[in-house]
Amino acid sequence: MEIKVVKDILGANDRIARKNRQLFDGNKVFVVNVMASPGAGKTSVIMETIKRLKGKTGVGVVEGDISSSLDAEAISKEDVPVVQINTGGECHLDANMTAIALGDLPLKDIDLLLIENVGNLVCPAEFALGEDIKVLISSTPEGDDKPFKYPLMFHEADVVLINKIDLLPYLKFDVDAFSKTIQGINRKVKIFPVSCTTGQGIEAWVSWLLERMGKS
Amino acid sequence: MHELAITQSMLDLVLKQAGEAEAGKVGKISLVIGEMTGVVPRSVGFYFEFLAKGTPAEGAALNFKVIPATARCRDCAKEFELGEFDWTCPHCQSNNIEIIGGKELFVESIEVE
Repeated sequence: MEIKVVKDILGANDRIARKNRQLFDGNKVFVVNVMASPGAGKTSVIMETIKRLKGKTGVGVVEGDISSSLDAEAISKEDVPVVQINTGGECHLDANMTAIALGDLPLKDIDLLLIENVGNLVCPAEFALGEDIKVLISSTPEGDDKPFKYPLMFHEADVVLINKIDLLPYLKFDVDAFSKTIQGINRKVKIFPVSCTTGQGIEAWVSWLLERMGKS
Repeated sequence: MHELAITQSMLDLVLKQAGEAEAGKVGKISLVIGEMTGVVPRSVGFYFEFLAKGTPAEGAALNFKVIPATARCRDCAKEFELGEFDWTCPHCQSNNIEIIGGKELFVESIEVE
């Protein structure tokens, strides 16, 4: 006997993500899912963002890594609540791991929750966490051909931060062509060229974020 | 890489459907996978073999329908498959395109006994 199913394989994850979203909305927390390949600058962007938001808005961080708590320790120096999730081998965060971590965060004191996903350009795009926006960090040394190699990630992103633009003089990275490629398939995307080393562009990104949160 | 989690979710969904139909055994599972998801059918098959062990889906045949990454041009309205390193419309060269296929990831049907 054949049974027609036609159900999304990740439907169970999506249901938990919707529950997370309800919890976030109930506590008025704006949630950003930060995704990138390893070494693109996720932790650096989060640190720079926290520095500029201190005193303006309550920030919390979830750190997702396969193992170690190095990033969480670095971020806890900024004196914001941070929870580490070690996925134990899984290459992405999922809605359930996020739900468990939320129990350890003072959501009532948090306006902005930055969730650092596992460094990976494939899998995190599939797994909703309950976020308001997806931010993809793509750094210039990775090359400007990345959208062609990881189309889903670039298609799903609400924001692309082109990080390490201070290195542009040494690299063959065409910012205009790169941006045009992404905008071609993704009409909603906002693109900000930034450098966490020089601070260039960070202000523009943070201002946009505050405006998106309805806080400017 | 993500195939382990995806295969487990797929198996959970299949077993639930089979349970609702009071089926003793799942003979075949038909899956639809979009090219853009990066899900590798062979990997799914590999994980399925050991995840399904001891369940009613053990030994089930997996049938994959892979959907290519397809776009519609917003300027000339023609549809085309995305090139590997070229995302412009082959008919009018516009880069203003909309993805219409290739993101699928679902169980289409199962055969049970």
